[in-house]
Formats: sequence, structure tokens, C-alpha cells
Amino acid sequence: MIRFEDVTITYAERPVLAEVSVEIPEGELCLVVGRTGSGKSTFLRAVNGLVPHFSGGTLAGRVLVDGRDTATHPPRELADVVGFVGQDPMAGFVADNVEDELAYSMESLGLTNDVMRKRVEETLDLLGLATLRDRPLATLSGGQQQRVAIGAALTAHPKVLVLDEPTSALDPGAAEDVLAAVQRLVHDLGMTVVIAEHRLERVAQYADRALLLPQGRIGDVGEILKAAPVAPPVVRLAQLAGWEPIPVSVRDARRRAAPLRARLPEPRPEPATKTGPVLEADDVVVRYGDVQAVRGVRLDIKEGERIALMGRNGSGKSSLLWAVQGSGKRTSGTVTVNDIDPKTLKPAERRQTVALVPQQPSDLLYLETVEQECVQADTETGRPAGTCRDLLDSLARVPPEAHPRDLSEGQRLALVLAVMLTGTPQVLLLDEPTRGLDYPAKAALAAVLKNLPTTTVLATHDVEFVAEYATRVIVMAEGEIVADGPAREVVTSSPIFAPQVSKILGPWLTVADVEAAL
Amino acid sequence: MRLHSGAWWLWALGLATAASRTTNPLLLGLVLAVAGVVVVTCRANTPWAGTYGVFLKFGLLIIGLRVLVHAFLGGVTGPTVLFTLPQVPLPDWAQGIRVGGPVSAEGLVFALYQGLLLATILSCVGAANALANPRRLLRSLPAALYEVSVAVVVALTVAPRLVASARSVRKARQLRGDAARGARAIRTMLVPVLEDALDRSLVLAASMDSRGYGRTAGISRKDRVLTGTLVLAGLFGLCIGTYGLLAGAYTGWPLLVLGGVLAIAGLRVGARRVPRTRYRPDRWTPTAIGVALSGVAGAVMLVFSADPALSPSTVPLQAPGLPLVPALGVLVALAPLAFAREA
Repeated sequence: MIRFEDVTITYAERPVLAEVSVEIPEGELCLVVGRTGSGKSTFLRAVNGLVPHFSGGTLAGRVLVDGRDTATHPPRELADVVGFVGQDPMAGFVADNVEDELAYSMESLGLTNDVMRKRVEETLDLLGLATLRDRPLATLSGGQQQRVAIGAALTAHPKVLVLDEPTSALDPGAAEDVLAAVQRLVHDLGMTVVIAEHRLERVAQYADRALLLPQGRIGDVGEILKAAPVAPPVVRLAQLAGWEPIPVSVRDARRRAAPLRARLPEPRPEPATKTGPVLEADDVVVRYGDVQAVRGVRLDIKEGERIALMGRNGSGKSSLLWAVQGSGKRTSGTVTVNDIDPKTLKPAERRQTVALVPQQPSDLLYLETVEQECVQADTETGRPAGTCRDLLDSLARVPPEAHPRDLSEGQRLALVLAVMLTGTPQVLLLDEPTRGLDYPAKAALAAVLKNLPTTTVLATHDVEFVAEYATRVIVMAEGEIVADGPAREVVTSSPIFAPQVSKILGPWLTVADVEAAL
Repeated sequence: MRLHSGAWWLWALGLATAASRTTNPLLLGLVLAVAGVVVVTCRANTPWAGTYGVFLKFGLLIIGLRVLVHAFLGGVTGPTVLFTLPQVPLPDWAQGIRVGGPVSAEGLVFALYQGLLLATILSCVGAANALANPRRLLRSLPAALYEVSVAVVVALTVAPRLVASARSVRKARQLRGDAARGARAIRTMLVPVLEDALDRSLVLAASMDSRGYGRTAGISRKDRVLTGTLVLAGLFGLCIGTYGLLAGAYTGWPLLVLGGVLAIAGLRVGARRVPRTRYRPDRWTPTAIGVALSGVAGAVMLVFSADPALSPSTVPLQAPGLPLVPALGVLVALAPLAFAREA
């Protein structure tokens, strides 16, 4: 169905993909894996001709999709063969309600009204969107938006569906919904699906084969992931335990895990650290119009804790972080850090008490080079020159003359962390920092946060990251705290928030812990 | 069943045209009331339905401005001087212009009428906007104008997103403790906001391209030039014709007709070449036609009415009377209440 023949793609003399020859047959779900910057997005965009027709660059070799050469067919002429869903569905929407959005590609293809009407109804049912048909797109949740975007690509009845990070921004429940819908397409309609995803623990089990980039090796999912620099915990655990063939689903792994479970001792309980409180919040309420985002939350954070704040999209995590920091809205309630309410401080002093890294860390950056950002951070906080630079060097290797835009996600996050930490805040809040980070980058971030003297609170959907990082987990739902306790207790007791290792081995959370115990 | 959005826009344009023919405050008040009642009863529960209030507030602002400007710069003068503002002496070459000076009751009433006229027209546009999604109206444009309508729709989505992105950057700036003001603040805001806007538009363009936007069924260059010329000439004719009509010259009619014919011909030629279809297009149901006609009725009555009460005299000041026939014409626009309520 899809054939890459000796494909080399170069941007400005720099090859992104080199001599990739791959064939993906009809009806297969192919997972594209590789580190950030290994050319995954470029590969996906080459499938429907966006590379090179839209993005520029040069493509040597040949890409054939359903027999059509992308060199002679621009994306719009492939619209009836390839459905493409990008990383941010909201940014790609053309219409303003669900039904019109679903019909858009069909209108471009010039289908008759009867056909369009029938396909829209079918797609609404297939993806469980029937109740949302008249809703404005902006009012949908992330998972719903992602399903609408997939539906909009499906109505043209393409033979190939290309998904770029379809679940990265979603909470575990919404991700399940989206992936279940994708699996149904493969099973019931025989569609060929190509997915790139950082959170391999979510998708690996559904894939038929995996393609490793930049090497261009394609093969059995387990075998490919074993050799890849990125792999979900289940694969790493299998490697540790020496299971062959490598299982990629929790279920397969669990059936092999009995001997390993018997060898493992009971995990040692975390030493309870007795430290003083650093931040106390009581009865915090945040209300936007009629919507109550946070409903009377009580929070006491002790020094040195690493807290993970979890919950569905829209459960009030971000609102709580912003309210606690003091820059966001707080309808009522009290927050005290060292007997001071951060809201009463000037912004410059506030960030030296409680710092927050927002969901889009790049919003904090506006200068032309990393060096300038560091100097600016020093002057903003009144620290001696070079403080921020030293901090940054201790976190990651970032070239000082680079433009912040050109950095990788991991490097940019390191820069923003350094900028915020220059003010030596007592509490550091982070909103979804792991978006766009691959496994090695996430491990590096977890290590950095563990070594910080600062107390950290982090809102995230990433259960595997929580297992590596957190000492305490707080789960929110509908603006209220529904669970709060030591990470191991909270995480292992919930099927949605449990990491893969815990699903296989019970009380253990990470592969590193298991390795240390053996 | 959704009404054709063009129906509400025609209805509102009819009311606006009616309003533009009179400065009688009673009649204008009647138009305002009619539009208001219909909006409140007939609007659906949609995000854009709430915009009516914004238009009303804007109308009040316009009235206020009109009166203020008149008080300062003068214009219509009358014998009843209410108070005198200090006058700014101007050099000889600025003769005929006056800043400050006596403010008369007649002048103020005249300005008030004029302001009310503008505000009423604005409220009619607001009413149409609240009753029918303007983007849906764009979707009903002739196929030959498809590219233009998509561009407008996209532009309409960009504005609110720019605002949202500016807000999030401003919040982020606060997190950094940056209290920059003035030019520096603008620069530090502008870079990320524009970056974000550019990124988004690239994503949108890629998405539209992958979904078949701009698929051409091999339109030849000759056809494109022909369509373009016809449409442009037609629109030009329409503009000149309308201007002629409004200026009261009867040469307006032939130009208007000629322009209309050319424009329609251009759109027809263009539409034949566009391989697009439209999903669930709005249809001109009897209800929709009824709504449109009820609005146009008032306009027709006022355009052809020679009732002197339409423009009540302000010098000397007179209490305006209510011209009966035009008033009845405006009241016809209440008809949608009977048959076009949203469920």
C-alpha cells in the first residue's frame, strides 16, 4: 500500500531521512518509533506528499501510495487515498462545528450530497460522536477533538490513515477511546494505519509491526523496540528478565511474570521524611463564569516533596497550579508560603517564592539566543551574572548561541527550568512538562527534578513518568481532590494510573527499582 | 430545521435600509424595538447569539460620540442656545471651522437623531449576527467565490486565537516576573504571539492541503481570466449603481442592473469549473422566504414613502409625529415571531 524506495529527504543540505526503503502492506497498523528529531514526522508527512510539496526540502527516491507517486501528486490530489491527522487537531480544524468539519474533505472531493450525508452519519457512529454533532469544535475536550479530526480524515474513505502523536495531549482514558477507535478501523475496515507516538506504552500493543527511524528498519514490534533507544517499560522489563520473544502488551508479560514475581522481595517502604510545611492552601475555589474549575481544595506541601497532580483533562489541575502560584485566578480561599500570600507579592518577587512553568514553556522565552535569555534571567531576579548559565549547564548541554526556537523540546524545557530556578523559588510548579519528550529525555527530566533542592509539584497525564518521579500523588476530578497519598499507594490502587511495571509485578513501579532489588 | 442564514441577513438589511431613510426618533425606536424583540425570541442557543448586546453597547457609544463631536465642532445652529463652550480662536485660513462656541438645543437634537440612525443600523447588523451565523452565510456564497469565503472564514478564526495567544503570553510574562511596559513590553509580547500565529497558520494550511483544498479539475488560464474580469466588472457596476441610487440620480438603475448581470454571469462561469459540492446547503424554504420578505417590506414602504414626518424638523424644534404607513411597514418585520421561532 505504501512503498518507500531509497528515500532520502534533505532540508538545507541536512539529511533527515537517509536511504529508507520500506513497504507497508494493506491493512497493517505500523508504529513509527525513534527519538525526537529522528525524522518520524518527516516520514509521516512524506506519505501524503506534504514533504516535499508543502514543507520544501528535496526528496530523492520514490514514495508510492496506492500506486500513486507523491512526486507527481501533491497532498490535495492524494486526499482521497491518505487521511492525515496532525499533532494539534484544534489548529487543523477548518469548519466550526463537528458535522461541517466531518464533511469538509468530501466537499473538496466533490461528492454528492446523498453520499456525504450517509458517510457523516456512519462516521459519527463509528467514532462515538453522534451526541456531539452540532457542538462548536472549540467546546470539545481534547479526546473528542482528536476523534473528530480522525473522523474528518475518514469521511473521504482513504485507504491509509496517518496519525502523528494522536494521544500525546490526552489523559489515559481519552487516549484509550481514541486508540480503540483506531483499532476498530484496522479490524473492521481493513485500513492501513501509520502512527508515530512518544507514549509507546499506550500504542505498542495494538501495532502489527514497527519501523525504527532513522535506521529505517521494519519488523516485529518487540524485536524493533528491544533494539530501539525508546521503548516502553514492559519491553525493558522483558529484557531485564530475559523473556523471549519480547512481549509488548501487559497481558502477555503478566503470563510470563510468575517466576520473576516469586524472586522479588517485598519493596521497602519509602522512608518517611519528617519535614516542615512549605506551602499551605485552604479551601481554594476557582470559578470562570458558571464553571467551577476548582472546588474548595486543601493542600499542604512539605519541604522536599515531589508531588504529581493527576486527573482527566479539565479536572482543574492547571487552574489549581495557577491559583496557587498567585498569577492565576483565585475566587476564594487562602494560600500561604512562609506566612505570605504569593498573590500579594509583585510578579518579580512572586516567582522567587513560587515559580510556575506553563504548558507552553516557549511562552516564557522571547529573546534571540539562549545566552541572552540567561542574562535576562539574572537581571530579572537580581542574581550575580552567570547564575542561570551555570544552572543550565548542570541540567543539559545547550549551545549558548542557539535560538530558543531551534532547540529540541528537552533542551527548551531545560532552558525554561534554568530561567525559573534562577530565582531560587521554594516551590516549583510544572504544568504538563513531559509533552513531546521521549523516554531518554523524560528519564533525564526525572533525574534533574529528583536532584533539585526545591519542592516540586507537577501536573501530568504521564503515568510512567509519575512512577519514576513522584513521592506523592494527588488525583483530581471535577475540581476536587479524590485521592492523596504516597505515590506507590495511590498509583497501584488505580487501574488507570498504574504504570506498566506495577500492572505486571504488583507493588513495583519502575524497571530501575526491580533491577536494584534483584 | 435550520433557516437559510441569508434569510435573516436579508431581513436585517431590510430593517437597516428602512432605518437609513428616516431620522424620526419614534420610527427609529420602533425599528430598534422590533429587531430586539425578534432577536430575543428567535435566536438559537449558539456562541454567537450573545453578541447582540455588544452591538447595542457600541451603538450607545456612537450616539454619545456623535453628540460630543457636534457640541465641540458645531454644525447645525439654532436660536435656543443652551450653553456656550470657550471657543478656540483659529487663523483666517481655517474660516468656516469652529471649535467650541455656543451649543444650541436644535444642534444637539439633530446630532442625537443622526447618532440614533447610525446606532439603529448597527443594531440591525447585530441582530442578523445573533440570529444567523455569519460563517454559514459565507458558506452559501456562490461556488466561484469559494476561495474568498474560505479566506474570510479562516481570518475570522485567527482573530480570537490571536487574542487567546496574546493572553497566554501575557500570563507567562507575569510568571517570569517581567514587569516591562511600553515599547519593550510590546516587543516581548509580539515575538511569541506572531510566532504562534505563524505556526498555527502553517498547520492549518497543511491540514487544508491534505484534505483536498484547492483541488483543481484543470481550470484553464483563459477561463480564470474570463471569470475574474466578469466578476470584477460586475462588482464595479454594482458599486457605482448603488452610489448613484443613494445619491438620488436615476442613472443609478441601469448601471446597477448591468453590474448585476455581469457579476452573475461571472459567478456562473466560475461555478461551472469548481469541482466542489456543499454538504447540507441551506435551502430557501417558504419560512425563510417569509422571513426575508417581512424585513424587506419595511424597506420598500420607507423608500417609496414621501411622508414629511420621516425627517422631522430640528430648526425650529418640533415634536416628531409617528408616520402611520411607514410604522406599519416596520411592524411587518415582527412576522418571524409567528413562524420562525427556534425550538
